Amino acid sequence: MSLELKNVEKKVGIETHIYSTNLKLEKNTINVLLGSTLAGKTTLMQIMAGLDKPTSGEIWFNDENVTGKEVQKRNCSMVYQQFINYPNFTVFENIASPLKITGVKPDEIKERVGKVAELLKLSAMLNKKPDELSGGQQQRTALARALVKDSDLILLDEPLANLDFKLREELREELPKLFEDRDCIVVYATTEPLDALMIGGNTATLLEGRIIQYGETLKVYNKPENLISAKVFSDPPMNIAEISKSGDMFKLKDYNVQWKSDIKIKDGDYKIGIRPHNITTYKEGNNSVEINGKVLISELSGSESLIHFTSGKLNWVSLSNGVQQKNIGENTKLFMNVDEFLYFDANNRLVTNG
Amino acid sequence: MNKTYNQKAWFFVIPVFVLVAFNAVVPLMTVVNYSFQETFGSNVFAWEGTRWFKQILHSERFHASLGRQFIFTFIILLIQLPLGIAIALTMPKKGWGVPVCLILMSMPLLIPWNVVGAMWNIFALPDIGFLGNSLNSLGFDYNFTQQSGDAWFTTILMDVWHWTSLVVLLSYAGLNSIQPAYYQAAEIDGASRWDIFRYIELPKMKKVLTLAILLRFMDSFMIYTEPFVLTGGGPGNATNFLSLDLVKMALGQFDLGPAAAMSLIYFLIVLLICWVFYSLMMKNEGRT
Repeated sequence: MSLELKNVEKKVGIETHIYSTNLKLEKNTINVLLGSTLAGKTTLMQIMAGLDKPTSGEIWFNDENVTGKEVQKRNCSMVYQQFINYPNFTVFENIASPLKITGVKPDEIKERVGKVAELLKLSAMLNKKPDELSGGQQQRTALARALVKDSDLILLDEPLANLDFKLREELREELPKLFEDRDCIVVYATTEPLDALMIGGNTATLLEGRIIQYGETLKVYNKPENLISAKVFSDPPMNIAEISKSGDMFKLKDYNVQWKSDIKIKDGDYKIGIRPHNITTYKEGNNSVEINGKVLISELSGSESLIHFTSGKLNWVSLSNGVQQKNIGENTKLFMNVDEFLYFDANNRLVTNG
Repeated sequence: MNKTYNQKAWFFVIPVFVLVAFNAVVPLMTVVNYSFQETFGSNVFAWEGTRWFKQILHSERFHASLGRQFIFTFIILLIQLPLGIAIALTMPKKGWGVPVCLILMSMPLLIPWNVVGAMWNIFALPDIGFLGNSLNSLGFDYNFTQQSGDAWFTTILMDVWHWTSLVVLLSYAGLNSIQPAYYQAAEIDGASRWDIFRYIELPKMKKVLTLAILLRFMDSFMIYTEPFVLTGGGPGNATNFLSLDLVKMALGQFDLGPAAAMSLIYFLIVLLICWVFYSLMMKNEGRT
């Protein structure tokens, strides 16, 4: 089982929503579409589901061209950011609705709905209507409706975005487990890098209608092919600065900051990407370099401290463990972990890391 | 704990009190006053107790016009609701068609009621009116001033023309508030067009439709101006609806007492039906 997009392109009027895209999703995988709003995640999903037709290109499912096939005739299910349930059905009827339409026998419906409801902790609420439930329960009902059907393709369009923090954490942990032993392809759209990391599987980074990189989630995170992919897959935002290299000396341009490294790249100008957690108020790793900055804002969450500071012409973001009390305007010394730098060439391609 | 009592807030409520008193309470109490007394003008009153109420409730004339009123309202709702929903469903959701449709739909609502009556009167005249003349030349024996069936047909047609737009606009607003994701979710489930209407659109429109039914019920149940201009209640008493009858009694015959009693009964019927209907519709609404 596989889903393949071949040169899929989507234009609306003169605007291009999706630039020519090739993507192959394999059986039993969870695939995260990671990108900010308007990156084209939802459009891609709608094309995958058959809710929307591509302007050009083809969609293949199991070696069958399904490009023009109506959504009703495909076996897929979708969960939305908004909690979409039939308003005047009970939870049971809601979960049972896709089965009823396909003519499953009442006994079997009861059994399957019961199973899914248990899995999603909805057993006690089967007789309630959606508007009597909390947001989390409504979204569980929508998830149950998607799971009960044994679809070949399950699409989740930012399913956790409208939930409050605690429920989001809870469901995020459960989600990968729900799909573990299912014979299907799962696609999960999100704006949050953390979602992608926690769900695992594969990740495609998207920007403005283009898939930048697709691969195993950790690979995409650790070895972003280019600067754009690295930026999309970094939250808080990645620090980017220009450097020059000669011999084994690296120097931050316009700064009095330099370090030694034995990575093998040609002498010349590069860009480096530094994830915020690699700039800390304390030394970390064997190889660190100091930078002086003036604190702009410090956000303390208890377990972490996010410190925005300005140094030279740029604003920087650092993320340290624990509570690091800094006052606004305070001059402070921070440490950058040289081993974790990502080096990009003039075309923004990753040359090497570490 | 010592609380400081400050009664100044009452001053803010006074304007509303005054307004409501003058436009609702005082006129209503005047009617109540009339309904229990006999008067021949010049502010001379004689106490009659509940006599007028008994008289009205046992009056065949009242029963007849009340019956006509119920039939009329029933037919109006039966036509306007499905028709209004159907038109709203076929209206475009985006593009240049939206303002065009909305303006066309609101037009009948903007025309003064007596103008609507006069318009339809001329339009339906059997000799010179476009509608009347066309029907007659097509071989129908149509004359709304002489045949009660034709008078009913014309009155209903006029009301449908005048007021269906209201149902359309309300339904359209209700339909537009449904997120596209609902339609997609239903399509993914494999739901048919009818399923989508029955299980998504209709429940989502419930509140605006309740409002539409209430408004159309009240307006059609109290209809006066248009039939007054169009048929004047005739031929005979064929289209003599409640409010027409009420005005005839009060101003034509100057029976102020019975007319006052009748208007109170009229008022209570409208109130009762609206209350029962609204309570039934909102019974299962829960927290929302």
